[in-house]
This record gives sequence, structure tokens and C-alpha cells, in this order.
Amino acid sequence: MNLLSYLLLFTFSGGEAQGGPLDVNPGLILWTVVTFLFLLFVLKKIAWKPILNSLNERENLIKESLEKAENARKEAEKLIAENKSSMAKAEEEAQKIIDQSREHAEKLKTQILDESKQTAKKMIEDAAAEIERKNADAFNKLKDQVADIAINAAEKILKENLDKKQQIKLVDKYLDEMNKN
Amino acid sequence: MWFSNPNTVTDTVKTVGEAAKKTDTSWIMHHVLDAREISLEPFGSIHLPQFHLWGMDISITKHVVFMWIAVLFLILTFVKVSKSYKKSLVPKGVTNLTETLILFVRDEIAKPNIGKGYEKFLPYLLTVFFFILTCNFLGLIPYGSTATGNISVTATLATISFVVIQAGGMMKNGVFGYIKGLLPHGLPAWLIPIMFVVELLGLFTKPFALAIRLFANMTAGHIVILALLGLIFILHTYVVVPVSIAFALFIFLLEVLVALLQAYIFTMLSSLFIGMAYHQEH
Repeated sequence: MNLLSYLLLFTFSGGEAQGGPLDVNPGLILWTVVTFLFLLFVLKKIAWKPILNSLNERENLIKESLEKAENARKEAEKLIAENKSSMAKAEEEAQKIIDQSREHAEKLKTQILDESKQTAKKMIEDAAAEIERKNADAFNKLKDQVADIAINAAEKILKENLDKKQQIKLVDKYLDEMNKN
Repeated sequence: MWFSNPNTVTDTVKTVGEAAKKTDTSWIMHHVLDAREISLEPFGSIHLPQFHLWGMDISITKHVVFMWIAVLFLILTFVKVSKSYKKSLVPKGVTNLTETLILFVRDEIAKPNIGKGYEKFLPYLLTVFFFILTCNFLGLIPYGSTATGNISVTATLATISFVVIQAGGMMKNGVFGYIKGLLPHGLPAWLIPIMFVVELLGLFTKPFALAIRLFANMTAGHIVILALLGLIFILHTYVVVPVSIAFALFIFLLEVLVALLQAYIFTMLSSLFIGMAYHQEH
């Protein structure tokens, strides 16, 4: 009950008692205006301008740095892509060169093979022709020699055409000679 | 002391009415109201000088002193903070705290509520935010007093806000354009006088609400804490002590929140009204 009475008391005494909470004090208003305007003026000078400028400066710095980093990243990506494409190109080129040289080698091989085959064939033919020729030569020589021998024999027979005995002797002798030869 | 003799108050409302005429019941209001001296209870009190100017009482009161303490504190803090930015753009120590609050006021209050051209009002908004915040917190320290719990102070701050709002609107739209812009578009001619009065009243209601809101919030918390502690003496028992202390502590923590919140709300609503006056087309 005491509590209630005090609450009531408080309610009653609220606005009307001396120096109530809703009393307006003109002196205080004046001092508030002066104080606040002074604070506004001083802080604007010493605090808000430099601080806000610094904050803006820093924000710009961060923004610029981020932009720079982004640009650098893009540049690097471009370079990497370029590298990749040029590498692919080089590989292609190399492959082409290898293919070409392989083809070339193949061609060369068949060519050489053909050539050597032909040469061999020609050589064999030549050799055969030579042998033929030599054979013919030898045969001709032999023929000449045989003719010579026959003529010589005939000559000798003609020279010693005396008697039959002598003739036989001569033939024998001649035959001997022949055998000796 | 009033609580040493509780029997002077009886159960009847009649005696309550009688007691209301006595001043010994105003102990709660004594802590909340302005005074001509700063009382440092066990050590005595400081009597403040009294001045009169053209018949007006312009004495330095307790709340004036606490406003000056707030001003001194803010100037010293921001001189230090301002210097730290000159050394390096990287915040450190107390600069971190103030920067968080400054950026909060700039990016969360001024930018979204005012929109384009908010930079012009930033110094005012920052000042009012930090001033109210510091005054609110000064009331929460021992021997402290809340200047923002005084209707004269909050009414003055609201009036300054009002001036800033109207000046902002008139600078942007021109005096005549601003007054014309108060009325919504496409209004029938016979409605214009009525709507003009309504809108004009609206202009004055806004700062009035600002003043009452701040004053009531800052006063109410203190009264609740004092009332809770008063329970101990009214009920005359130690049993209630832990309950009272616990509740008072809870309310105190709530007041810390309210101190921040009211500074934010005052600044936020001011910038909202500035935005409305500045960009009238919305």
C-alpha cells in the first residue's frame, strides 16, 4: 500500500511541483544552442572535414588498388591464353614438320630402293652382256686359233708330202704336237 | 531522509494528496531534474555560478555543465582521432571505434535516408549523433547527469534539427518551391487550404516527436532504476535487495542499449526528414 501511495504521489507531483520534468528553462535553451553550435563549428573544423577526407581518400585508394589488381589479373589471363594458343600453334607446326619429314623420308626410301633395284638389274644385265660378249670373243679366238692350227697343220702336211711312211710319221708327229699343245 | 520515517505516509489517498504538497517525495525527480549545484553526495556539492541577462536567468546548471563535459570529451577525442589519420590511413585504437560510428552515420543513416547530396548534412548529423550519444552515456556513469533527459535540451536539439530540415529543403527547392512542394500533386483546389494546414502541422510535429522521444526515453530509464532501488527502502526489508539490484542492473543494461538507440533514432529521423524536404518529388 505504501508503494501505491508513493506511485500516486509521484504521479500527482509530476508536472506541477517546482522544477517538474516538463518545465522549460530559457537559460538552458540558450546554453544548449550555444554549446551545440560551438560543438558543431569546432568539430566541423577539426574533425569531420579531415576525417571524412581521409576516409574518402582511403576508399579511393582501395578502389584504385582493387581496379589495378583486377586489370593485372585480366592482363595475366590474356597472356596465359596467348601463351597457350601460341604453344598449341607451335605444337601443330612441329607435328606438321614431323609428318612432312616422315613423308619425305618414306618417299626417299622408296626412291632409293627403286633406284638401287634398277641399278642392280642394269648391272646384272651388263654383266650378262659382258659374259656373252666375252664368250663370243673367246669363241671367235678359239675359232681363229683352230683355223690357224688347221692351216699350220695343213701347211706342215703339205711340206712333208713325200711318202706314205713319212706321211704317217708326219701325221703322228703332228698329232703328238697337237696333244702336247 | 524521507525513508527513515515512512509512517508519515498513511494508506489513504487523502494523506497522499497532502504529502504531494511536501517536497520530500521528490527524491527520484531530484536525480533526474536539472539543478543549480552538482551534488557529490558523501563529499558535499559544487554550487554553480548564477547569471542574469536582460531579465533572463542564464545560470549555469548541472545539465549545462554535463553538456560542456560532453563537448570537451568529444573535442579531445576527435583531436586525437583527427591526428591519427594524418599519421596513417590505417585506423588504430580509438580511431577504430569512432570510425565505425562515423561510417555507420554516413553509410547507414545519411546515405540511404537523404540520398544524393547527403555530404552537406553530414557534419550536422555526425555532431548531433555524437553529442546525444555522449550526453546519454554521461548519465550512466556515477555522479553523472543526463542532459538529454531534459526537455529544454531535447527541444532545442529538435529545433536545430527543424531549422536544418527546412533550410535544406529551401536551399534545394527554393523558398517558394519548397512551400509549394509540401502539398501533394493533383490535389483538388478546395482541398489545398486544408492540406496546407495539415502539412504545416506535420512539419512541426516531426521535431516535437523527436524532442519528446529523446527526453522520455532518457528520463524513463533513470526513473525506473531509481524506483526499483527505492523499493528496498519503501518495503523496509533486505529480502527485496537482490531482486531490486538484479532488476536495476537489467534496466541499466537496457539503458546502455537505449542510449545508443536514441542517438541513432534521433539522427536517423533527422536525416529522414532532411531527405524528405531535400528530395520533395518522392
